[in-house]
Amino acid sequence: MSSNQDNVAFSSNQENAEEPGDKQKKLLKNSSRRRKAWDIFEKLSEGVLFVSAFLGVITVILIFLFLFKEAVPLFLDPLSAPTLTAKNWYPISNPHIFGLWPLIAGSLIVTFGAILISVPLGIGAAIYLSMVASPKVREILKPTIEVLAGIPSVVLGFFGLVVLAPWIKDFFGLSTGLTALTGSITLALMALPTITSISEDAISSVPRKYMEASLSMGATRWQAIVTVIVPAALSGITASVMLGIGRAIGETMTVLMVTGNAAIIPGTMLEPVRTMTATIAAEMGEVARGSEHYHALFVVGVVLFLMTFAVNYIADLVSRRMKEVE
Amino acid sequence: MSKIKIEAENLKLFYGDFQALKNINLTMKEKEVTALIGLSGCGKSTFLRCLNRMNDIIPNCHVEGKLTFEGEDIYHPDCDVVALRKKVGMVFQAPNPFPKTVYENVAYAPKLHGTKDRASLDEIVETSLKQAALWDEVKDRLHKPALGLSGGQQQRLCIARALAIKPEVLLMDEPTSALDPISTLKIEELIRELKQHYTIIIVTHNMQQAARVSDRTAFFLVGDLVEVDDTEVIFTNPKDQRTEDYITGRFG
Repeated sequence: MSSNQDNVAFSSNQENAEEPGDKQKKLLKNSSRRRKAWDIFEKLSEGVLFVSAFLGVITVILIFLFLFKEAVPLFLDPLSAPTLTAKNWYPISNPHIFGLWPLIAGSLIVTFGAILISVPLGIGAAIYLSMVASPKVREILKPTIEVLAGIPSVVLGFFGLVVLAPWIKDFFGLSTGLTALTGSITLALMALPTITSISEDAISSVPRKYMEASLSMGATRWQAIVTVIVPAALSGITASVMLGIGRAIGETMTVLMVTGNAAIIPGTMLEPVRTMTATIAAEMGEVARGSEHYHALFVVGVVLFLMTFAVNYIADLVSRRMKEVE
Repeated sequence: MSKIKIEAENLKLFYGDFQALKNINLTMKEKEVTALIGLSGCGKSTFLRCLNRMNDIIPNCHVEGKLTFEGEDIYHPDCDVVALRKKVGMVFQAPNPFPKTVYENVAYAPKLHGTKDRASLDEIVETSLKQAALWDEVKDRLHKPALGLSGGQQQRLCIARALAIKPEVLLMDEPTSALDPISTLKIEELIRELKQHYTIIIVTHNMQQAARVSDRTAFFLVGDLVEVDDTEVIFTNPKDQRTEDYITGRFG
């Protein structure tokens, strides 16, 4: 991209230098040549920007097509296709059963648990940081919370495995600490900094005049926060929650390590589960390319893709609707 | 002679070490419009914000002396600030409607103070908007965003919002400084209308405005109250040379 721009700028300079002549004429000629060079430059930059914008879109489309292409053979397989709605995931038994429900249920329960933990905590922390904490406290706390976002997921998974799982096992008197709840807590830790940080920005950027107006009508500080400040920041808060959820749904490593990976439909949060992401990650390495199992994993990928797509789409709709009121 | 609504006695205000108000003695009577005039930074807005204790939210700000509302000391430690602000409404310099609908803006304070019933809210919204001379312009868009209104309409909405708590006093901090002449005129008409029911204290930089709308005028200069008298007297026959200099434009 940059080499193109350089070339254009370079050649236009050269032309300017090579053309001597009548002063008036030179000025006109040069300016028109210069203009031409600028025109080319502008067209080129527009082109480059257009390509970069579309590259993202094209990539998404290509990825989806690829996923779908690899998933289709399973739908066409008369033996395997009906098993997709079964309640079991037995990919290497004979005959295969590729029931997706345990995996979808696993992903949903772990994500749902993570949302239940991280959303109230994250928004609470954001309100505290932006409205209650003194500037000094905020300067220390906010970067510290953001560091949490930088912890590699495998490290969090390790923490979940070694510290959290034994606690949960002892606390609830279970036979194993590797449960959906363990996964939810570690995922909540991953989503927390995203939710807190972006919500805090959203709340802090609500103009001070709203607070003043609310106080002047006899609201207490707390009432003003709840009735005016937080609603005014709601589109930003929603965006932060959706980003947090997006991260939780797609997260693989931690859940693979701490949820026990039993592909059964869980009855409670205290049972082992297996998520869609963990299934793909654990099984893709060992599967024979082109086998039913291979295609079944792509079906799982398609479902996962559609779910994250739905989350993003809903987030977009919600924040757009909120912006309309502003 | 109507009764005294608000009275300041030797009121002093400090921002940290800086003294922003020096010994202010001023009485404001019921259902009168008092205009506070003076140069920028002379303490008029600071004084205004004492009257509903909005200065409380500024760190390091403290007040000495006495300020009474209907005889009650509003800086007494036991004073209920919420109750005070329900009686003393405020309109700010720049229109600041909430990013909610027109209806929600006006219904905000009544809801906050416990009015839940839809019919009474509807009624409060309608009367407040009518009092603020905005009803006819917005009655068909009550549930549209308030930020879609023009600047002048937004300011009248803020007045309606302040009236919805049924205050006794209305504080206005340069309410027309961000508005065009037509909107300004509408708000001035409104002030003349409202003074039949409310005690109004208005800060303004516009001396014609002070002359047009107020009954009494107080002239502030660097934290001091120089002179206060009937508006007519201030503008035709001021006693203090500095007041005369200011109103004739020989100042700053």
